[in-house]
Amino acid sequence: MTEKQPVISIRNVTKRFGNMVAVDDVSIDILEGEFFVLLGPSGCGKTTLLRMIAGFEMPSEGQILIGGQDMAGVSPNQRPVNMVFQSYAVFPHMSVADNVAYGLKIAGVAKPEIKTRVDEALELVSLGGLGLRMPDQLSGGQRQRVALARGLVMRPKVLLLDEPLSALDAKLRAQMQFELAELQDNVGITFVTVTHDQDEALSMACRIAVMNKGDVAQLAGPADLYEHPANRFVADFIGSVNIFEGRLTVDEPEQAVVDCPEVGRIYLNHGVTGAHETTVWVAIRPEKITMLPAGQAKAKDSPDGHNIAHGQIKGMSYLGDITIYDVKLDSGRSVRVSRPNLSRWDQEDFSWDDKVSLQWHPTSPIVLLS
Amino acid sequence: MSLFNRTEIAPLEYTRRLWMRAWIAATLFFLYAPLLVLIAFSFNDSKRNIVWRGFTFKYYGKVLENEGLMAALGNSLTIAFLATVFSIILGTLAAVMLWRFQFPGKTAVEGTMALPIVVPEICMGVAMLVFFAKLDWPTDLPWPLNLSAITIAHITFCFPFVAMVVRARLAGFNKEQEEAAKDLGATEWQAFRDVLLPHMKPGIIAGALLAFTLSLDDFVITFFTSGPNTITFPVKVYSMVRFSVTPEVNAASAILIFLTILLTTVALKLQDFTKATA
Repeated sequence: MTEKQPVISIRNVTKRFGNMVAVDDVSIDILEGEFFVLLGPSGCGKTTLLRMIAGFEMPSEGQILIGGQDMAGVSPNQRPVNMVFQSYAVFPHMSVADNVAYGLKIAGVAKPEIKTRVDEALELVSLGGLGLRMPDQLSGGQRQRVALARGLVMRPKVLLLDEPLSALDAKLRAQMQFELAELQDNVGITFVTVTHDQDEALSMACRIAVMNKGDVAQLAGPADLYEHPANRFVADFIGSVNIFEGRLTVDEPEQAVVDCPEVGRIYLNHGVTGAHETTVWVAIRPEKITMLPAGQAKAKDSPDGHNIAHGQIKGMSYLGDITIYDVKLDSGRSVRVSRPNLSRWDQEDFSWDDKVSLQWHPTSPIVLLS
Repeated sequence: MSLFNRTEIAPLEYTRRLWMRAWIAATLFFLYAPLLVLIAFSFNDSKRNIVWRGFTFKYYGKVLENEGLMAALGNSLTIAFLATVFSIILGTLAAVMLWRFQFPGKTAVEGTMALPIVVPEICMGVAMLVFFAKLDWPTDLPWPLNLSAITIAHITFCFPFVAMVVRARLAGFNKEQEEAAKDLGATEWQAFRDVLLPHMKPGIIAGALLAFTLSLDDFVITFFTSGPNTITFPVKVYSMVRFSVTPEVNAASAILIFLTILLTTVALKLQDFTKATA
């Protein structure tokens, strides 16, 4: 593998609107050919960052380099990037083919070449043969493909996508997630996508920057974000999680114990660096907790009385593939536990008000320092 | 159950209630009876035009042969055309400015631009008269330059209408479309031409027809700004009435009504089209 070069370098970029800081000293390198996702709740500055890359907003401070070139003072129409807008912004008075051809016409590409490239692009997004349709004759998903083709046909260094799937219904969105990832793989163009939907981010991205209040909370691959979140915000934002506050009482290279008033002692089979006797947070994912009828739990690989909790089922939601249980511990704390429904009659195993015991493996808890 | 075996009137079927029908009929009568009488008597074969004496087209012929009236119609159409062209340009630019930019005093500008619409026409007329008198605007120019004063007066009250219609149309514009054009390489001007202008087009056309009919019809403001050589159609009809109300006057008025109805219908159709594609 050759070493990948950053195609976009965001260096210490800050963006202020009046007194409001939308993006706060962010530095990110986006590599050639990767599918990069900016993920965060609304108002976290992800769209502002994308619009700064596209050139619709100028950074208050810092630098944005695209292909090694400083983009300061370069207007949107001269940047080697193209954007797919949240509303798709397909031109309603132009046919599908004219929409896709628009950028090439402006660039003065010869007519025969425009035609072949437009056909190619439409084929790529599976809209072959629909070139003469008007946008109001298309479905939402098809309009989105037009917007995609319109950007791809320009062969940009980077394609920017602003909440590309938010307007589609759930089924179509799941399908488009795969198609987008596959498309990106085929064309080899760097994609930078903004989304607030963690499923979307996890399923499509090579790397994800999770943003919170204008800051990058963590930048990592999907699995890393989920299994090794850097802080409570990321742990909570990606997937669902139980977070317990506690005190780190044992911190050795091979083991650690966090004393949590709400659940008891949580044992880990690895050390936590340099946080001995301080307040920490422990995050445990609902699917990594095993639920057993009361009294049957016996924590494996952990000292007695560690990694075990007792409670009563107070709520259940059956989701088909899994069931989510709300277990109220003896301490009064609610814990979320999920169980896959492996066989068709399995759901009957537990019911409301059942007394249960919870246990988890010493590798499951994640210790968070902030 | 009624005698005629009809179904009972449902609570919301107001149009089947007698009192409602009577009310609608009265309203329509009130609105259109004078116009219908005017048009009917334009076909009256009588010089005095008080009693019906038989059907004829001859007064329409007379109207078309009346050189003074035809010259006035020519003037009116010329003024309306010029006023419309300038109103489109001014009104569209004003609408785009108010839609796109935030600037101090924007509300004030928006308010004052609607002023020519709300100020009583008689005041506008007098104001125009005084204005042109103060400027010492030449009145003895050759045709069509002698129409300039009236045309300018018409532009002032026509372009706010264009601005309002176009502004309303722009409210439904998705700014991302303009950004998309620029993102694809278009300059400010290209994005305006290729994306914003096509979006505004139905509004501009509707506004233009509105301006055209307003200009064609206008009497009060025109009366104050016209000279002896710059008689417009409505002013000419007025002077004819002062002699006597002949069927010729009726025929002339009927022609103006037909022209207005035709253009208004086209304008409304275009606005429907606007809604359908919005």
